[in-house]
Amino acid sequence: MGALDLARWQFAITTVYHFLFVPITLGSVWFVVGFQTAWFRTGNVKYLKLTKFFGKLFLINFAMGVVTGIVQEFQFGMNWSDYSRFVGDVFGAPLAMEGLLAFFLESTFLGLWIFGWDRLPKRVHLATIWAAAVGTLLSAFFILAANAWMQHPVGYEINPDTGRAVLNNIGAVLFQNTSLIAFVHTISASFLVAGAGVAAIGAWFLMKGRQVDVFRPAVKAGAWVILAAAVVVSVTGDMDAKIMVQQQPMKMAAAEALYETSSNAPFSILSIGDVAGDQATALIEVPGLTSFMATGSFDGTVQGINDLQAQYTQTYGPGNYVPYVPVTYWGFRLMIGLGFIAVLYALWALWRFRGDRAPQGRAFSIVSNVIVLGPLLAISAGWIFTEMGRQPWIVFGEQKTADAVSPLVTPVEVWISLIGFTLVYAVLAVIELRLLLKYIRAGAPEEISDTPFEDSENGSANRMHFAY
Amino acid sequence: MDLVTFWFILVAVLWIGYFILDGFDLGVGMLLPVIGTDDLRRRVMINTIGPVWDGNEVWLLVAGGATFAAFPLWYATMFSGFYLALFLVLIALILRGVAFEYRGKHDTARWRANWDRAIVVGSVLPALLFGVAFGNIVGGSKIAPLEGAANPADAGSFNYVGSFFDLLNPFSLVLGLMTLTVFATHGAIFLTLKTSGEVREASRTVALRIGLVAAVFAVVALLWSQVFSGRVAITLPLSLLAAVLWLGALWLVLKGRDGWAFLLSAGTILLAVASLFVGLFPNVMPSSIDAAYSLTVYNASSQAYTLMVMTVVAAIMTPIVLVYQAWTYWVFRKRLSTSMIPAQPAIGRADDRFAQAAG
Ligand code: HDD
Ligand code: HEM
Ligand code: HEM
Repeated sequence: MGALDLARWQFAITTVYHFLFVPITLGSVWFVVGFQTAWFRTGNVKYLKLTKFFGKLFLINFAMGVVTGIVQEFQFGMNWSDYSRFVGDVFGAPLAMEGLLAFFLESTFLGLWIFGWDRLPKRVHLATIWAAAVGTLLSAFFILAANAWMQHPVGYEINPDTGRAVLNNIGAVLFQNTSLIAFVHTISASFLVAGAGVAAIGAWFLMKGRQVDVFRPAVKAGAWVILAAAVVVSVTGDMDAKIMVQQQPMKMAAAEALYETSSNAPFSILSIGDVAGDQATALIEVPGLTSFMATGSFDGTVQGINDLQAQYTQTYGPGNYVPYVPVTYWGFRLMIGLGFIAVLYALWALWRFRGDRAPQGRAFSIVSNVIVLGPLLAISAGWIFTEMGRQPWIVFGEQKTADAVSPLVTPVEVWISLIGFTLVYAVLAVIELRLLLKYIRAGAPEEISDTPFEDSENGSANRMHFAY
Repeated sequence: MDLVTFWFILVAVLWIGYFILDGFDLGVGMLLPVIGTDDLRRRVMINTIGPVWDGNEVWLLVAGGATFAAFPLWYATMFSGFYLALFLVLIALILRGVAFEYRGKHDTARWRANWDRAIVVGSVLPALLFGVAFGNIVGGSKIAPLEGAANPADAGSFNYVGSFFDLLNPFSLVLGLMTLTVFATHGAIFLTLKTSGEVREASRTVALRIGLVAAVFAVVALLWSQVFSGRVAITLPLSLLAAVLWLGALWLVLKGRDGWAFLLSAGTILLAVASLFVGLFPNVMPSSIDAAYSLTVYNASSQAYTLMVMTVVAAIMTPIVLVYQAWTYWVFRKRLSTSMIPAQPAIGRADDRFAQAAG
């Protein structure tokens, strides 16, 4: 493998890995916010226990999100220096804003939240987790705006002397529809992920008959969040598809393995044969659905891969403009399919726990623990589809991935870092998973004082409430 | 003052902020086996930086992000050029960050010993390598246009053409030893300020001992850096003043004036790094091959519009960030001691398979 392929593998591995923790953080922080706010307003200790329990899991996950994010910040320079040179004027701005507006907020206020239980008045302490949660949203917003610019570059011009992009409208970069929709789609998908996690953990406790009164509300909260999130995900997904057809029609065609331009294009749910060939045999099809997704009408015309390839060759010169179709085709289906299995699960959960029922079936718990992975895989599949569907472009229409790689970084160097990161990441994955399981099994605290705040001034030698 | 100069100063300020703040985190981490002779002491040490280390590390991320936004060619050339060094720093920061968070989450001696190792390695490597990297920036590195570039005069074609081992030159290594020992001392002084009892006593002794070694490295490195300085008339006095503050800091440690000692050691870092940046300007990555290949604030920067946008954002956000970070230090101002540390969060249960496996 050359440096280019290695750099692509490295980027894919480290980014997908970072994004395993990110959606969990983005969604679960709001559960912690919700439980702590509920405790603050009602004074019911049950909610304090839930805050502490999910707060701990949240922090274990957050730590991994932070350390894997640091790698992301510097990777553009390390492996994609010609990309950084080409786009820095435009792309650097949202990245720097993310640091200034979001990362400082997240990390500082989370530090206050973790160690502040006995140092801050209740109300202020509650405000710190709110601030950290807002920080995660801001962080997602800026990084997704940066990514949306790669999908659909706007607000820039190319400097004729240097051939590099120059920003001329920051508002367009931050607030173009590609960016706003990706933001809502990704955030709601993250809620789906966290909702499934919370529901599954709750279900496990109910099955064991442990701490039933504490965890019943968690199952219900999780299931409702799944349903609400699924509605938003579908609506924004549909909008996303329509925008994509205008901005990156090739991606839509590749998502459907649609080789010939057609009106009334069907949506195949499963297919056999070689989707990468120039034909695929659909097993189950919904007539007209692809046309509907792309255009809003069942007999709208959707451009096929072959036509688009011919068009692009004319516009951009000779070359292969077709992304790797099996990944886009199956990525798209996994995203939607696994997401919707979670919806069925949420409906089932709400049905079983309707009123104040708390059945203890084993089957339900086992299903819960399997289903929990669905949304996480779906959200990764969504990204893999989006990013692979953009290929061969790194910045659509402006720069190809092959021209973006660092020209002088040697394959040996990339091998070293690829292997190094992958090994460290693999070890950390095992450790974090076991820690999560350990803390889940330990359950919510049995005894808890509902006045954990003491006046910090009296008595200098009193023990800290929380310490590493 | 033009915008590029302003952004050069801002990037310098971000690095100074990072070195002062994360500098003591790195120092505390390095000294874990030295001052933390038993687990209780180590926990006191880790808890002094527990609430703040992540916020401090963000200074690095913002320094990186600001460099990307304001000087993309600097960002691209530096991080692709110093590839393996940066890789080591990243691995170190990963291990260190996870270690702080996970060390207390499980209750066996082996578990803690492993994370302690991660903290030490994760602190020593960045402290050393940041200095080495700065040595290569200040002292110049092998930068040249790509062979066969369409427009070799355009800074967009400038790349680092040396190897990893070229980075390990004597000047850079001395600068690396300076940052290593200065951060260690800075961390020890921070501990004298933030602890009481036995940890504080031990930290004072260590601060004085390592502080004297650091003084030697600092004087050699800063004097040597004058060779590369574009304005010796400013950088030499700055360097000398830095050395004076350092000795003052050590003297105050001896006198038990912890707060003032910490301020002076922070001041030393400020002046030393400022003197390196002043000597560097207007270059950002001078070429040791041919001055025509140097990246400067003029040929490596973004265009005026981007800089203007970022100036507005920085002008609004920086004061806000400084206020809430300062408030954090106020909230956690109390000194810690071994008697205040609660028992390890013991959640190990009989059925804790993890405990048995890791035990
Ligand atoms: C949709 C959201 C999203 C996406 C696409 C990314 N991240 Fe991320 N990132 C977050 C959402 C997030 C977060 C929710 O803010 C995290 C996750 C957990 C955490 O600690 O903060 C985070 C952490 C995080 C950190 C550590 C911040 C700290 O120390 O507090 C850095 C430096 C980055 N990220 C950088 C990146 C870069 C350069 C990305 C592009 C490839 C990227 N992230 C993709
Ligand atoms: C703002 C955020 C992001 C930016 C700036 C970004 C940028 C990039 C870049 C530079 C590449 C390298 C080119 C390549 O490998 O082909 C890439 C590829 C890729 N990215 Fe992203 N990405 C972002 C977010 C994500 C996220 C969150 C994920 C998913 C977890 C993701 C998944 C991928 C994958 C799987 C590839 C590999 C595609 C391939 O190798 O062909 N990206 N992206
Ligand atoms: C009705 C269901 C859905 C539809 C129609 C849909 C549609 C889309 C489309 C068209 C894109 C590509 C955007 C682009 O590249 O321009 C996308 C991206 C994405 N999808 Fe979905 N999606 C659905 C459900 C889901 C679910 C259930 C998840 C995860 C749980 C998910 C997660 C993502 C993610 C993370 C991305 C990449 C970020 C982005 O570009 O927004 N999607 N989706």
